[in-house]
Amino acid sequence: MAINEFTYSGIPAEAEALRAEVREFLAHTLADYPPALRAQSWMGFDASFSKALGAKGWLGMALPREYGGTQAGFFARYVVSEELLAAGAPVSAHWIADRQSGPLINKFGTHAQRDRYLPAICRGESYFCIGMSEPGSGSDLASIRSTAVRDGEGWRVNGQKVWTTNAHHSHYMIALLRTGDKQTARHEGMSQFIVDLRLPGITVRPIRDLAGGEHFNEVFFDDVYLADDALIGSEGKGWEQVTAELAFERSGPERFLSSMALIKTMIDAIGTQPDALQAAEVGRLAARLATLRNMSLAVTAQLASGGQPAWAASCVKDLGNAFEQDIPELAQRLLDIEPRQHGGSDHAQVLAYLTQMAPSFSLRGGTREILRGIIARGLGLR
Amino acid sequence: MRELFESTIERLLADGSGSETVLASEGGVWSATLWDAIEDSGFTLAAAPESLGGADAGWADLYVIARAAGRYAVPLPLSEALLANWLLGSCGLEPQSGSLSFAANAQLTLSAGRVSGVLRDVPWGRHVQTVIAIADNDGVGPSLVVLARSQAQGIEQSLNVAGEPRDTLFFNNAVVVDSAPLPNGLSSEVLHLGGALIRSAQIAGALTRLLEMTSEYAGQRNQFGKPIGAFQAIQQQLAVFAEQTAAANIAAQAAFVQSDRALNWFAIAVAKVSAAEAATQCANIAHAVHGAIGFTQEYALQLYTRRLWAWRGEFGTATRWSQQIGAQVCAVGGDGFWPLLTQDSVSGASA
Repeated sequence: MAINEFTYSGIPAEAEALRAEVREFLAHTLADYPPALRAQSWMGFDASFSKALGAKGWLGMALPREYGGTQAGFFARYVVSEELLAAGAPVSAHWIADRQSGPLINKFGTHAQRDRYLPAICRGESYFCIGMSEPGSGSDLASIRSTAVRDGEGWRVNGQKVWTTNAHHSHYMIALLRTGDKQTARHEGMSQFIVDLRLPGITVRPIRDLAGGEHFNEVFFDDVYLADDALIGSEGKGWEQVTAELAFERSGPERFLSSMALIKTMIDAIGTQPDALQAAEVGRLAARLATLRNMSLAVTAQLASGGQPAWAASCVKDLGNAFEQDIPELAQRLLDIEPRQHGGSDHAQVLAYLTQMAPSFSLRGGTREILRGIIARGLGLR
Repeated sequence: MRELFESTIERLLADGSGSETVLASEGGVWSATLWDAIEDSGFTLAAAPESLGGADAGWADLYVIARAAGRYAVPLPLSEALLANWLLGSCGLEPQSGSLSFAANAQLTLSAGRVSGVLRDVPWGRHVQTVIAIADNDGVGPSLVVLARSQAQGIEQSLNVAGEPRDTLFFNNAVVVDSAPLPNGLSSEVLHLGGALIRSAQIAGALTRLLEMTSEYAGQRNQFGKPIGAFQAIQQQLAVFAEQTAAANIAAQAAFVQSDRALNWFAIAVAKVSAAEAATQCANIAHAVHGAIGFTQEYALQLYTRRLWAWRGEFGTATRWSQQIGAQVCAVGGDGFWPLLTQDSVSGASA
């Protein structure tokens, strides 16, 4: 029974012991960092902050020491991650590299590839983006058309990616490209490549989001030549590799802590004497969050023991996204304070920002409807 | 111990707690055969110390028993007996064999070995031999008392929405079977808190069974030439059902594990809120997917949905527990929220 994938796991003592040190570091380093910026959560970019984390040994915590990691383990990494997110620290620069590109390279890469990419990821100096979506391929990822074709010793890449978060700040993209015949089975003929975004023939253009921010991009490949060692993992196994990555991408605390800055300003705006409705709703919020965290930790325990909890990760993300999307609405229900893009209180500004960002929570990293389809398949319905 | 408990109780209840047994119980019958089987296997004494004939199991291990009680809609005070014998052991009193329940809502005074007062909402009160409750002991503070139901002067019968007895018992100068002062560290709310704990696990068990039934039905029922489970509209609802069931299970299990040796107020409050919320959403979806057949008395769906509607409110509704959590959160403010949520046990919150 799929529900048994959720077995409660506490945090081991040695991992939990990190928490106080991380909190102290964040209190000191982010002392003057305002709520309106903390509201950006894991979209906030600050390369110097990422390097400082690398110097503390808080990146690459699940990667081997041989390649610059600390091997502190999944739970230690979890404690650091959730503390960073709870504080609204600007983690965007290293986030994707640390969360999934590093582990992907460690799992599927050659010794030379690990040696080349992992140490800089662990130092917080090398940033990655994920090239999956294309103009005609969003939820239907298997329909991608960008190609990598054999060319002498290397590969020739043509096509376009879109909605690529942080491509404009990243050194590398892990791109899913078509390397085989489209006529074969739907999920075959795709491979993953590490693409150096400085190569000739690559154009990166930011796309402004509805709030005016620049987080995602379109990326064009015009006859880009990749050396043979740009291929990561096995040719034709791109789909399986991407699927393995998704459990990392969908189960972490960033799938339910995106509205954390607003939770804090809302509690402060309510004050220490809540009315009956405010007390009930704040308490319900706390209960939902505590339970989501336990679900996420259950998936972490499975990842730590080498499992493939893709189904459980989908549950965490869908339930988590619904939670973080509810927070701006809850703020409007509990307080008579309108959102303000400029001026107004910290709470009004954070509310304005997150009201506008909330729709993206259940789009990025797999839509609500796609996740529920995966969950239904796990129930034996598809 | 947990694996042994789980396999044994599952086997026992799969055989003994079928629809006929549950329906007969709603007709007023005490399921004596099933109770004897449960008692013979030692489950009612599981939480009692070994020196007193129990298995000295903590709540982390008792979880699977309470969840199974929900999964099989057991029409008996099985999880109530776990809690009662756990508390007796915690107070240094002998565990009670025989049918046993408790009153979380009691106005009792104890004086010179005799009690007077009223016990409200006693699960299975009309049937059990023994009831425990907390009494005011003249100037000494709260005491745990063990009462023989036969000593009750009167009984006011009441049923919850699932037809389970929740009776009011009146005592007048009745001799106690046993009593002891509540030790330090146990509040007079301990039975209310423990009640919320066991109900959260029963809800998790009932939801898990309901999810199996509903997924199976969606795969079998054909309309428009295919199983209704092939329609995305149904799939999307069942996905939410699964998420909520997972949430209720993990929240209940977390509460049991974190309460292993001392009840953890915060974890139990979270579990009751999460379980109640899941119960509401999932009962709704289960009925939507089953259509008219699920609305009949004959079909087993109602055995579970009606229990969910009953149990979610017992020992505190989601609103009541939420308000108490919310008051704590607001008291610590925005910066205190995350530390409160991530600390293992909230200070002053253990019962």
